[in-house]
Amino acid sequence: MATLDTSRPAAAELFAGLSLRTWKLVGLAAVLVAACILPFVISSYQLLLATQVIVYAVALLGLNILTGYNGQFSLGHGAFYAIGAYTTAILLDKTGIPYWATIPAAGMICLVMGFLFGLPALRLEGHYLALATFALAFAMPQLLKFKDFDFLTGGVQGIVITAPDPPAGLPIRADQWLYFFCLLWTVLLFLLGWNLLRGRTGRALVAIRDHPLAAATMGIDTARYKSFTFGVSAMYTGIAGALGALLAQFVSPDSFDLFLSIRFLVGIVVGGLASMGGVFFGAIFIEFVPNIADQLSKAAPQALYGGVLIACMYVMPSGVAGLVRGIGLRLKRWTAAGPP
Amino acid sequence: MQALLHQVLSGLANGGIYASVALALVMIYQSTHHVNFAQGEMATFSTYIAWQMINLGLPYWVAFLLTLVFAFVMGVAIERIIVRPFYKAPALSVVAVFIGLLLVINSLSGAIFDYTIKPFPSPFPTDAWYGSPYLSSHEVGMIFVTLVVLALVFAFFRFTPLGLAMRAAAENPVSSRLVGVRVGWMLALGWGLAGLIGAVAGMMTAPIVYLDPYMMFSVLLYGFAGALLGGIDNAWGAVLGGFIVGVLQNLAGAYLVGTELMVTVALVIIVGILVIKPAGLFGRTIVTRV
Amino acid sequence: MSALLELRGLSAAYGPTSVLRSIDLAVEQGGIVTLLGANGAGKTTTLRAICNMMVRISGEIRFNDQRIDGNATEDIVRLGVGHVPDGRGTFVSLSVEENLRLGAYTRRDRQVAQDFERVYGYFPRLKERRRQQAGTLSGGEQQMLAISRALMLRPKLLLLDEPSFGLAPLIVQEIFRILRAINEQEGVGMLLVEQNANIALELADQAYLLETGRVVMHGPSAVIGSDESVRRAYLGY
Repeated sequence: MATLDTSRPAAAELFAGLSLRTWKLVGLAAVLVAACILPFVISSYQLLLATQVIVYAVALLGLNILTGYNGQFSLGHGAFYAIGAYTTAILLDKTGIPYWATIPAAGMICLVMGFLFGLPALRLEGHYLALATFALAFAMPQLLKFKDFDFLTGGVQGIVITAPDPPAGLPIRADQWLYFFCLLWTVLLFLLGWNLLRGRTGRALVAIRDHPLAAATMGIDTARYKSFTFGVSAMYTGIAGALGALLAQFVSPDSFDLFLSIRFLVGIVVGGLASMGGVFFGAIFIEFVPNIADQLSKAAPQALYGGVLIACMYVMPSGVAGLVRGIGLRLKRWTAAGPP
Repeated sequence: MQALLHQVLSGLANGGIYASVALALVMIYQSTHHVNFAQGEMATFSTYIAWQMINLGLPYWVAFLLTLVFAFVMGVAIERIIVRPFYKAPALSVVAVFIGLLLVINSLSGAIFDYTIKPFPSPFPTDAWYGSPYLSSHEVGMIFVTLVVLALVFAFFRFTPLGLAMRAAAENPVSSRLVGVRVGWMLALGWGLAGLIGAVAGMMTAPIVYLDPYMMFSVLLYGFAGALLGGIDNAWGAVLGGFIVGVLQNLAGAYLVGTELMVTVALVIIVGILVIKPAGLFGRTIVTRV
Repeated sequence: MSALLELRGLSAAYGPTSVLRSIDLAVEQGGIVTLLGANGAGKTTTLRAICNMMVRISGEIRFNDQRIDGNATEDIVRLGVGHVPDGRGTFVSLSVEENLRLGAYTRRDRQVAQDFERVYGYFPRLKERRRQQAGTLSGGEQQMLAISRALMLRPKLLLLDEPSFGLAPLIVQEIFRILRAINEQEGVGMLLVEQNANIALELADQAYLLETGRVVMHGPSAVIGSDESVRRAYLGY
């Protein structure tokens, strides 16, 4: 992964009198405003899809922190998504904890779970780690169905939960509230991720990805960083799972199979490895494209995922984000040098 | 005691399947250090081809042999067309491509032969083996066929010039080219053989679990476990590992966790080996060069 | 009679890094040519370029009056170019005999069995160890094995990349004595890359001196060996 360029260009160039940095902030603000208006202009079905997209984006960010930035594989992040979802569902089902409190709980549990799984995974590299996590994704539905856990998980039946009501006094529908609730978490987690990745920690993660030995000789505690990253990554995906459970109002073992994990992989590959913005492209892709393909035949979504994975590796290994970045660079060179 | 013996013996029958899949995985791993996640799907697809031929009225063993030819050609073609450009790519790209292959072949199976579960014939009688309480005739046949295939594969590598060249290409591609071995084709041959061995595993599995596009999913996982247990760079070890995993799985299913958590057993084996002895029982310790 | 091997204006590069700059060189039928020069001068690269291995080349390479530049390594080998690579290229997990059998991999004639005896004749030690795993051989034995493996091809030309590297002086002398015998008995042409200029000049009849990718001097070994500057820079006296 040594070819990925994560360095940021200096914010010196001006466009129309404003620095690139200012433009980026303006753009982000515009997107946020649009995201806040969105639920009032689209149908509730579309809103459901939009909410799912931002939930997936959080899950993908989690996986991308691990794979894109730190170079560790996971073909099993669907398992952490499942653990997050079940944590929320079980807490809502068995205890009186308010729904909003279950989200950090799910995050904490996944943080610990991810950290624990990350400990043995520390010693694994490349294909081996892919294998171990592949097995994890495989085993998850079976564990959730296991009869001795029935009292908690509801076995094959799963658990039905009710959607949270909007806070009293807010004149919006429940689905709109849930959207804002998810949006809030998304913004929080992206800010946290941005903070984490831009500084010392981010540089350490990338160093470990590109040159593990050099990183170790420079005094970076690679073991601690790697297991920490696994934990944080699982936490993100787990929180996404928890939000996803609220959204679906239902959890069952078979919705968290191997293909969910593969979906996440497709998402970060399409969106772009080591890209925070890219995960939204990825989330949109994995939410909408299979739905469209589904109308063709039962086999089509999978074939499409597979084809896209292979094709992406052929033509755009840095994903949509890389494509955009590439075009941006070319534009900049063009504007700087004038047309050839 | 009798029950235990029964579990062990039928574990060996399953183990033969896992051993075959493990051997197929090792064959590709040795030459390219790729773990072929699509191995199981290639086997399933080949088994569908066999099913189609048998349904068209071909005698079982004719269909069996033709399927082996098909599986071999498919393996060679996949290597030449899809895998080749990625030999110098980072591991993540390679894994992504293999997962892509897994999905594409799986959906091909589903699209062409649909998703309904199909019975697949066994070439062996259905009754117990000479009235034995321990094994069915199919299980005995399964072990026999597996062993024959494994023996043929080993003989090929041990005694033929082509087998020698393949071993050489896997060990030292540069030197191999200097003695005139066409290394690229050796890799493709390796894929062909892996496809062929997988197809045997598929055709032996299908009569037990019935034929459907997801048939080899868990078999692949046990194959992985077997290969890792034996040491993924050691063909003999992988075969032995496959048999051991087969027996372990049966015993765990019967006495420990019940059949519901079978796949979890594979997970535990895989993670356990990777953590305790990543090189496997018979593998070389991996030393990374700085 | 034309030369066995002829390089005309051969340049070679690893990626963007140019290593050889327009080299001319010839090996006569049955002749021994040595290529001398400091580390990084491009000696090994020249051999790799001839076999079209790991480098990008331009220019002309003729073998027995046939253009071979651009051919695949495997095809060049089939024409009778035996390459004894740097680091010996032993197949460490295979037995000595299997290593030799690989040397004859491209041959379809029936004299391979005799050639085992011929090669064992030069290196009796390999015969004693023919069932042993090649990786367990000593450095000198592995060098002998590498030469033998190339001989199993029945080559017309041997490319030898520092056969003396890392070996004790006595072993080096033995190996060079045998190389001389092979040359005399079988008329195999040799292109020898060496750091050990003394022993190389003794064996070779022609010598080329490479400096940073260019041939700076060439001529009969005796002449090159008595050149004042060569003596000072490469022979150390």
